[in-house]
Amino acid sequence: MSQLQLRHTLQQDSFSLSVDVSIPATGVTGVFGESGSGKTTLLRCVAGLESSESPDDRAIHERRIGYVFQEPQLFEHLTVRKNIEYGLKRCAAATSAPDEIIQLLDIEALMHRMPASLSGGEAQRVSIARVLCQSPQLILMDEPLSALDQRRKDDVLPYLDRLRAELSIPMLYVSHSIDEICRLCDHLLILQAGRIVAEGELHTVLGRLDLPQLGGANSGVALDAKRVRYDAEFDLSTVAISGGELFLPGDVGRDTIRLRIRASDVSLTRELPSASSILNILPAKIVEIVPESVATALVKVSVRQDSLISRVTNRSVRQLNLAVGDELFAQVKSVTVRY
Amino acid sequence: MPIVLPPTVLGFYLLILLGPGGTVGGWWLQLTGDTLTFSFAGLVIASCVYSLPFAIQPMQNAFESLPAKNLEAAWTLGATKLDAFFSVAVPLSVRGFLGAAVLSFAHTLGEFGVVLMVGGNIPGETRVISIAIYDHVETLNYAAAHQLSLVLIAFAFIVLFSMFVVNRRWQSR
Repeated sequence: MSQLQLRHTLQQDSFSLSVDVSIPATGVTGVFGESGSGKTTLLRCVAGLESSESPDDRAIHERRIGYVFQEPQLFEHLTVRKNIEYGLKRCAAATSAPDEIIQLLDIEALMHRMPASLSGGEAQRVSIARVLCQSPQLILMDEPLSALDQRRKDDVLPYLDRLRAELSIPMLYVSHSIDEICRLCDHLLILQAGRIVAEGELHTVLGRLDLPQLGGANSGVALDAKRVRYDAEFDLSTVAISGGELFLPGDVGRDTIRLRIRASDVSLTRELPSASSILNILPAKIVEIVPESVATALVKVSVRQDSLISRVTNRSVRQLNLAVGDELFAQVKSVTVRY
Repeated sequence: MPIVLPPTVLGFYLLILLGPGGTVGGWWLQLTGDTLTFSFAGLVIASCVYSLPFAIQPMQNAFESLPAKNLEAAWTLGATKLDAFFSVAVPLSVRGFLGAAVLSFAHTLGEFGVVLMVGGNIPGETRVISIAIYDHVETLNYAAAHQLSLVLIAFAFIVLFSMFVVNRRWQSR
């Protein structure tokens, strides 16, 4: 797989950024980190909006990089159509089929409207279409959903899913929401104080227990699952991961889905419970135990090729005598978010 | 600076600068064979200097209220800085330009001190309405003063009203 090289150094008064990393030339790479860790600055360097030291010294308008800002940044004096044409006119390599992109983002009906009359979600979809129409070689998304409330987020997220599925343009996606990252990304960079502290395939990085950014409410894994069947009587879907089958409420609708399983929703048991309301019980093997606080520890277990992370009390670690290499059962109380 | 400077002081130094012995006035004399002071051309130049700050302020406000990211968006969409300035910054600042034009025009119309200093009071040449009103009052011709004042009041009202209408229409768009 070919790679994109990102090499940027930037020195500001109270902040320095130094990044040298290669990311896959396909798929979505998430950029995650606390606020102030340099996520946005990294994107701005890549776009040329910050004058960083970099092998890429082209002017901003010469880089074929699409930038989707937190706020849609539509031009208020132009209609939606004119906004999209603004980019088309200024890019020699622009798409010859803007209509397909307009359809993909479902904005045909908005073309004659002025930006001020659009909802936040609609405006962000237009701004994404405006960028896509230029057929950029790389798309940068800087928390495109963070300015939207939950309902508006749901107006945009399905379209981001579509982009991921239907386009092959690589994307750098900045977010402080681990749920968005889990949903959209295939690859993950974690930034801290302007440096990359972790980088790799999404599942691998999420499985690490040593990163403070992935602690607390963020600890947990993402799993890719296949739909097996849907049982209408109980409104329950069965999906398969490498280590077994999981039950999910409702019909998942799609053949492949990504699950997010939080550490706090996984518990461990030595014996297979004979009667339990928990449906999802998988044979597992402990690979790592890391104390998290005085009260709790994170335990990583492998379920065949997949991993789960469980948050257990230190008291349970002692009582159950948990140790690396032990074989036991992981109970998944609920799959909190599923896509 | 011209905002806080008394108009008579500004007018006085403009008179010296624009006069035949002044830098600008002397150069103008060589070029056209005409003096700048006590002429309509001189009046226009002096009024420009005097009213410039009143034009700059609304324009500055307009450019400052422009979202910086909007221009950055234009650059990342392939616009050069110059292109983005004319295709995004200027159209979005039209209200500022309009306000600047109206404000400085209305302000110039009512100017007295600078005009009197630089232009004098030559009928048909440099006599402006506000000076004509002063003349009428001096000669106790109050009826004529009322008439001319009414013209200026009506004009001020029309200017304010049309600005209000334009602003409203802009917002509702």
